Amino acid sequence: MLKVEHTHEPVEFSEALVGLIADKIIRYPEGKQKSALLPVMHDVQAEFGWLSVPAMDKVAEYLKIEPIEVYEVASFYTMYFLRPQGKFVLEVCRTSPCCLVGAEKIMDHLEQKLGVKEGEVTADGLFSWRGVECLAACGFGPVLQIGPEYTFYENLTNESVDQLISDLTAKANN
Amino acid sequence: MGRKLLLEHINVPGINTYDVYRSKGGYTAVEKAMKTLTPEEIVEEVKKSGLRGRGGAGFPTGMKWSFLAKPEGVARYLVCNADESEPGTFKDRYLMTYIPHLLIEGMIVASFALGANTSYIYVRGEMMPQIRILERAIAEAKNAGFLGKNILGTGYDLELYVQPGGGAYICGEETALLESLEGKRGNPRIKPPFPAIAGLYGCPTVVNNVESIAAVVPIINDGGDEYAKLGIGRSTGTKLISAGGNLKKPGVYEIDLGLPVEEFLYSDEYCGGIANGKRLKAVVAGGSSVPILPANLFMKTINNEPRLMSYESLADGGFVSGTMMGSGGFIAYDEDQCIVRNTWNFARFYSHESCGQCSPCREGTGWMEKVLHRLENGHGKMSDMDLLVDVSKKIEGNTICPLGDAAAWPVASAIRHFRDEFEWHVTNAATAVRRNYGIAHYADPLIIAEKAG
Ligand SMILES: Cc1cc2nc3c(=O)[nH]c(=O)nc-3n(C[C@H](O)[C@H](O)[C@H](O)COP(=O)(O)O)c2cc1C
Ligand code: SF4
Ligand code: FES
Repeated sequence: MLKVEHTHEPVEFSEALVGLIADKIIRYPEGKQKSALLPVMHDVQAEFGWLSVPAMDKVAEYLKIEPIEVYEVASFYTMYFLRPQGKFVLEVCRTSPCCLVGAEKIMDHLEQKLGVKEGEVTADGLFSWRGVECLAACGFGPVLQIGPEYTFYENLTNESVDQLISDLTAKANN
Repeated sequence: MGRKLLLEHINVPGINTYDVYRSKGGYTAVEKAMKTLTPEEIVEEVKKSGLRGRGGAGFPTGMKWSFLAKPEGVARYLVCNADESEPGTFKDRYLMTYIPHLLIEGMIVASFALGANTSYIYVRGEMMPQIRILERAIAEAKNAGFLGKNILGTGYDLELYVQPGGGAYICGEETALLESLEGKRGNPRIKPPFPAIAGLYGCPTVVNNVESIAAVVPIINDGGDEYAKLGIGRSTGTKLISAGGNLKKPGVYEIDLGLPVEEFLYSDEYCGGIANGKRLKAVVAGGSSVPILPANLFMKTINNEPRLMSYESLADGGFVSGTMMGSGGFIAYDEDQCIVRNTWNFARFYSHESCGQCSPCREGTGWMEKVLHRLENGHGKMSDMDLLVDVSKKIEGNTICPLGDAAAWPVASAIRHFRDEFEWHVTNAATAVRRNYGIAHYADPLIIAEKAG
């Protein structure tokens, strides 16, 4: 297992990211730019893979709010990562309707195949996995998603999971 | 075969694009509404249609719209609830993926009726692909002159934005959703005031489910009276049902309300029966929050009448022998499924998703999860069932938002209807853990009869 450190390295927002933030802020009435917080945090996470404290502080600056307003929101919602993750985070739905069609077996298989427990990162830094709650695809279970695009994989089998992992590994090594 | 109002064109290639959608009669509801109807007349049509909110509570949409406060000089908002996180429910995702313009068209008509100049579609953050689909559809509609300034030369302006959530079931509750849209934690607000008076940014706001908004399109096209001809009694129109679990053909189906549940479950047009030749053991008819029913009580009411897919028929018998339509998240359990495990899974869900504001919900959901976990893992006690019922009663009705009730009902109903299966887990702990499924004698008696005959 790779040891991932909680870093406080300073971050720079790219021009593209700053553009995305500006595009979000105009969606709300004047003075209500805090509304952009959730969408902006998604953009920042897509760029860095997780939300470090310096990154959240920068978000606060751009939205003209206090850093604590960013931290409290980031920690409330499940999609924001407050520590570094594998390059690909495989999120499997673990809620009952998916369990009826084999979600638990898929999670067991993932654990075995990747050799890491839920929430841990593989030695090559490529993968982590976790169970998440119902993803609104219950008729097509078992399902998993991979951020930051949230690409969706339905009707999973052990074989399709293996295929996915080798495809992603190939993609990462190219 | 029932009429399809929402999904009629779902299989037309390219229906997700503006051009194809338009060629199939898309955006005529916007033209009709803006050119021939006043906002009040639109609200009247929706009232006449009898449409009831499709997000779970079933509150009449036209009535909700007519409650919207209209103080001079204050902005009003329409917010579409596309948070869709209720386990078992996946219809909104389906609709937004395959026919996004239907939602956009409904949003324009509804915004016009309510006098909103900025509207938001709050989509759960996990649905990034759907967010991109909707944003593309919005750009197309704007390009065609159905959004933006001075729409169709009427002087009416509308901007429509898609807002992602951050992953929290509670943000489907409308006031938590508004908090989240304001960039805060998803803590439900104390009501009153209701959003119709003080919603987004303290302004009058209507929150409606994706399917409710989409249904406005056929209502305006054909008239509220036509819509009300479909369905049965106060359950008018069509409803999208997300059918999952151990079914031969899981998927999203549009049914006329009033369809017999037996036909929905077993006919080839819909679910096609239970998968793998198994028998039906139990059904959750409207998403994880509604009471679970054993097969026999689900197929027929306690008065031996065939049960129908309608708000009233599903609720027939109240909490003693009935359930609820909820969000239309239909989950079928075959004879091999364990009710204790399922109840634990749902309890864990609610405990995980409680926002933590009220102690009965925060603590109670955690206790229920723990007790169910030990029952499922062979360490339960005979007194646990009464303990669970007791905890569920202490949550019910004592919380800020209905998540508390939603957590209590599945547990209370599972114990009410399947108590001997819970007891069996205590008395046969080793077997229950090894086998990991329950007792099959609840399985559908109708099918047993067929097999015997
Ligand atoms: C815990 C909880 C979760 C909810 N989740 C949703 C949801 O995901 N989608 C939805 O439309 N309504 C949801 N609702 C219902 C909303 O609060 C609200 O009633 C609904 O959006 C109103 O729309 P409608 O009148 O069109 O049904 C939820 C309610 C609660 C208490
Ligand atoms: S009932 Fe539960 S989810 Fe609702 S406000 Fe209270 S603690 Fe939060
Ligand atoms: S239960 Fe897995 S997607 Fe709904």
